[in-house]
Amino acid sequence: MTALTIQNLWKEYGPQVVLESVSLTIAPRAFVALVGPSGCGKTTFLRMLLGQEQPTRGTIVMDGAPLPREPGPDRGVVYQRYSVFPHLTALQNVMIGPEMRAARLAGRLWGKARKGLADDAATLLHEVGLAGAEDKFPAQLSGGMQQRLALAQTLMMRPKLLLLDEPFGALDPGIRAEIHALMRRLWHEHPMTVVMVTHDMREAFALATRVIAFDRPRQRPEERERYGATITNDIALWPPRVAGRQTIYDADIPAGDEDLSRFAIQPGPPRPDQGALR
Amino acid sequence: MRLINLTPGKGGRLLLGALPFVVLALAYLVGSALRLADNPGDKLLPSLGAMGRMIEVMAFTPDKRTGAYLLWTDTAASLFRLWSGLAIATVIALVIGLLNGVLPVMRALLAPFVAFLSMVPPLALLPVLFIVLGLGEVSKIALIVIGVAPILTRDLALTAAALPREQIVKAETLSASSWLIAWRVVLPQVMPRLIDSLRLQLGPAFLFLIAAEAISAEGGLGYRIFLVRRYLSMDIIFPYVVWITVLAVAMDLALRLLRRRLYPWAEPEGRA
Ligand SMILES: Nc1ncnc2c1ncn2[C@@H]1O[C@H](COP(=O)(O)OP(=O)(O)O)[C@@H](O)[C@H]1O
Ligand SMILES: [Mg+2]
Repeated sequence: MTALTIQNLWKEYGPQVVLESVSLTIAPRAFVALVGPSGCGKTTFLRMLLGQEQPTRGTIVMDGAPLPREPGPDRGVVYQRYSVFPHLTALQNVMIGPEMRAARLAGRLWGKARKGLADDAATLLHEVGLAGAEDKFPAQLSGGMQQRLALAQTLMMRPKLLLLDEPFGALDPGIRAEIHALMRRLWHEHPMTVVMVTHDMREAFALATRVIAFDRPRQRPEERERYGATITNDIALWPPRVAGRQTIYDADIPAGDEDLSRFAIQPGPPRPDQGALR
Repeated sequence: MRLINLTPGKGGRLLLGALPFVVLALAYLVGSALRLADNPGDKLLPSLGAMGRMIEVMAFTPDKRTGAYLLWTDTAASLFRLWSGLAIATVIALVIGLLNGVLPVMRALLAPFVAFLSMVPPLALLPVLFIVLGLGEVSKIALIVIGVAPILTRDLALTAAALPREQIVKAETLSASSWLIAWRVVLPQVMPRLIDSLRLQLGPAFLFLIAAEAISAEGGLGYRIFLVRRYLSMDIIFPYVVWITVLAVAMDLALRLLRRRLYPWAEPEGRA
């Protein structure tokens, strides 16, 4: 169960301040959607969580320990592009992580170990809807299938934290709805915390337990370089979405039936303007 | 219809492709016939029959002095030098190019030096090679290596460095070490490009080979051409030139097939 504590994070590239005083605590098993205008530093923030970039100031603590200074198998990532290896088939793409973890010199497994891993990989491919595509190269898969493959590849490592950078941004609306359903299911079934960058508000609210907006509070041209973006909105979904549990988001509510306890939701305090919902 | 939208069919492509060859052959035949009609002893453009007789002598008649079939011993000697040179250059390119392309520290150490070396004109070094390494096989192979390796190396390093950064980070999140990133992510992806740049270097490799053989050798395709040049034996030189070209074309084709067989994912779209 992975919790993240980010304290007073700054990121500067030379004179340009990209992010300033970002403080944030992310609960275990949360699904955080990060939204904000283009160029406000969302990818930069994700890179710092990944360990690919170091904060200029501030700290990131994961499960009580400072974040390692380079990427590792405890944090998975899926990008909009370049997430899978073009020279490996779908099955090989899913197997490569565990293979490299097990065989530090050859980077490959043979015999029984390989067979067992191939079975696991095929099962996961099936789970993400890629049964039958095992021997195809990524170039032979559609965009949606490539992203499913990227998710499967990452999940093989059982990451504690999954980072997504506009993973479904390039997909058609129909395909996107399908992959959203898959993403929700994977989040429910795999014990991981998710941080997803998106520019699509609907996507953010369709998937996340919490939506965080980055923006620059100072927009005048002469201020743009010296002031960075920070958290301007932090919205927890209500009624909450809970990992591994059914909530109203997963079921049609019969008309007139507003008893949420069936969905195992801890009802929150009634809001003044929404008091009817309880 | 615009010219740009006019695509020849299969037969048309074959016909068009053959046309320049036919034109060249005809031009030669006409030129040769005209000159020979003028002067039957002309050596510059020998007739096909004369060339055929010399091919017979070079390829299928044992040499009076040594008993060897000269065309084949020349070919064997030249290919040994060429392939040794290319093999060594490829290994150097793989090791240095990968180190250079994958590890920033190695890039800082090696890239300027390799860039400098690749600008040394190899033929200018030939006398030095003959003096230092002697007149035997080593100096000829060394010339090919010196001529080809720096370019292969730089090309490989550039290709490796041009891989999206995302892939490297991705591999790290899949628990890869630096070694495993080079071995399982970068190497397979630069191999198709290495084969292509090897194909492009076949021409220069032959150039260096023939230059070295022309100056000093006991045998070899380039040696033979420069030997019979003294007697103005165009009837031997022309078949040798054609033969060298055929060898180069065959190697180019073989490399292309090898690439397609080993790396089907890297084929240009529509051909995979
Ligand atoms: N490596 C870098 N060097 C310099 N500036 C960078 C670098 N990476 C990102 N930036 C700058 O940081 C800002 C935020 O970029 P990014 O995080 O990619 O934005 P977003 O993902 O929100 O669109 C941009 O203005 C970009 O120019
Ligand atoms: Mg971005």
